[in-house]
Amino acid sequence: MSKKESNLKNMFIALLVITFIASASLGGIYELTKEPIAAAKLEKKNSAIRQVIPEFDNSPTDDIYKKAVNGDTLYFYPGTKGGEPVGTAVETFSNLGFSGEIKIMVGFLPDGTINDVAVLEHAETPGLGDKMERKKSDWSLQFQGKNPESFRLSVKKDGGDVDAITASTISSRAFCDAVERAYEAFRSINQNK
Amino acid sequence: MNQLKNFTKGFIKENPVFALFLGLCPTLGVTTTAINGMGMGLATTFVLLMSNVVVSLIKNFIPDKVRIPSFIVIIASFVTIVELIMQAYLPALFEALGLFIPLIVVNCIVLGRAEAFASKNTLLSSAIDGLGMGLGFTFALTLLGSVREILGSGSIFGLKFIGGEGILIFILSPGAFIALGYLIVIVNKLSKKGA
Amino acid sequence: MEYIIIIISAIFVNNIVLSKFLGICPFIGVSAKIETAIGMSGAVLFVMTIATLVTYLIQNYILIPFGIVYMQTITFILVIASLVQLVEIILKKVSPTLYQALGIFLPLITTNCAVLGVAIMAGQQDLNLMESIVFAIANSIGFGLALILFAGLREHLELADVPTPMRGVPIAFVVAGLLAMAFMGFAGIV
Repeated sequence: MSKKESNLKNMFIALLVITFIASASLGGIYELTKEPIAAAKLEKKNSAIRQVIPEFDNSPTDDIYKKAVNGDTLYFYPGTKGGEPVGTAVETFSNLGFSGEIKIMVGFLPDGTINDVAVLEHAETPGLGDKMERKKSDWSLQFQGKNPESFRLSVKKDGGDVDAITASTISSRAFCDAVERAYEAFRSINQNK
Repeated sequence: MNQLKNFTKGFIKENPVFALFLGLCPTLGVTTTAINGMGMGLATTFVLLMSNVVVSLIKNFIPDKVRIPSFIVIIASFVTIVELIMQAYLPALFEALGLFIPLIVVNCIVLGRAEAFASKNTLLSSAIDGLGMGLGFTFALTLLGSVREILGSGSIFGLKFIGGEGILIFILSPGAFIALGYLIVIVNKLSKKGA
Repeated sequence: MEYIIIIISAIFVNNIVLSKFLGICPFIGVSAKIETAIGMSGAVLFVMTIATLVTYLIQNYILIPFGIVYMQTITFILVIASLVQLVEIILKKVSPTLYQALGIFLPLITTNCAVLGVAIMAGQQDLNLMESIVFAIANSIGFGLALILFAGLREHLELADVPTPMRGVPIAFVVAGLLAMAFMGFAGIV
């Protein structure tokens, strides 16, 4: 087959055919991967929930409810066992991060004590701010079993009780901000009950 | 052309990173650990191989003047396919590599090989070229990732072999530049001796 | 988010070249002379701002409403590629002087990952139209700053007595690393 000439008709047809095949195949792959992607996202959320609240036998992602606090909407995943509430996982965020939004899951026991925290998404600097992830360091363990009633959720530099990550005060502050936001929302819901 | 030579040239002699200095953004950006470097390298290899194959298959069908836009569409499609598949089956790696996955599109190696090699050669040589170049790129990224991980966090492929903290600067951006600078020196020195 | 924070963080703290590793190819490639570095920076400022504006509109009025965000990569790169061509043609007609200054750098910008990177990041961070534009301008200034500083350093480097195997690109990388280290000092200001 000889090389096609660069006249308008040939160029038009070539581009049309290529873009058509490209978008058709992308659409196809998208449909195929849609469910696995949704499942992967749900699984990530579920594993975070399993980590932050005690054992439950319901499906918190189906019992989700949301609550707007100070203009921000937070999502609540209540966990129950045998019908009794065992804790609530709150999906919260902070915009104070070093580079972009930080999303974390905070688990509260019914009395407001923090059971555990898990990072969902962040873009903090590798080697510094990413120590907030459990697999990178044990830093976030210090939140376990603390009740924000008496535990001040800000870094020591700002007069709080949280040890900041070395050289990452900004990331630590953002983390506290997110936990604080979750606690505020959790408390305002429980007061209304 | 000798196909074996065609395959191995990407590793040292025409290594995209060490010899041609192409695709440096992901090279520096994702190599905080060996496994990230390897993941990025393999994703790029897939795109490189597939786009080389497709370009060489349809090279006679594309008029010269719309060559580059056509290549870009083909490359971008494969990048999106990688993006979707990774998101579905390797969500953790997808998050670690982040922005650099869509940026494979503007990785100069991919377009460069399509333009300089696949648009002139047969299907088989183009496939071998893509695979060789891609694996050479993977090799460079894994090597840089390993060096930075060993020095920066005292671990390799996530396995910690010394206690305590590493030399943090190698995980941070300055370490990326410096480690790559010295690696280029070492690789160039070795390859000259070998030749 | 306040504009001033966006600007300072994009130029100094999260410098696009030195901390986000975008646009490394031109950073190493065209930084041998201060003059060419300035030309490249101007061209990037121009294209990045327009590209971010256009991709913002496409993202929010075409891709999201039709639920085809997965087509983002392919549409953005095509927009940038055609935009570069368009800018080249318009510049040639409207301002030949500007074209002479920036012309040779324009084709290189299509494969400058900084442009595509900023367009995607602006979308990821949920910036509004005005913020996206400010973000793009600030990032291109950050790119220019790093590039021009680096070019200045490299001009001096030519006079230095560098060990033979280190000459050229390797020493450039080491210098870039030191420059990145200097920029880390800005981390506390946001």
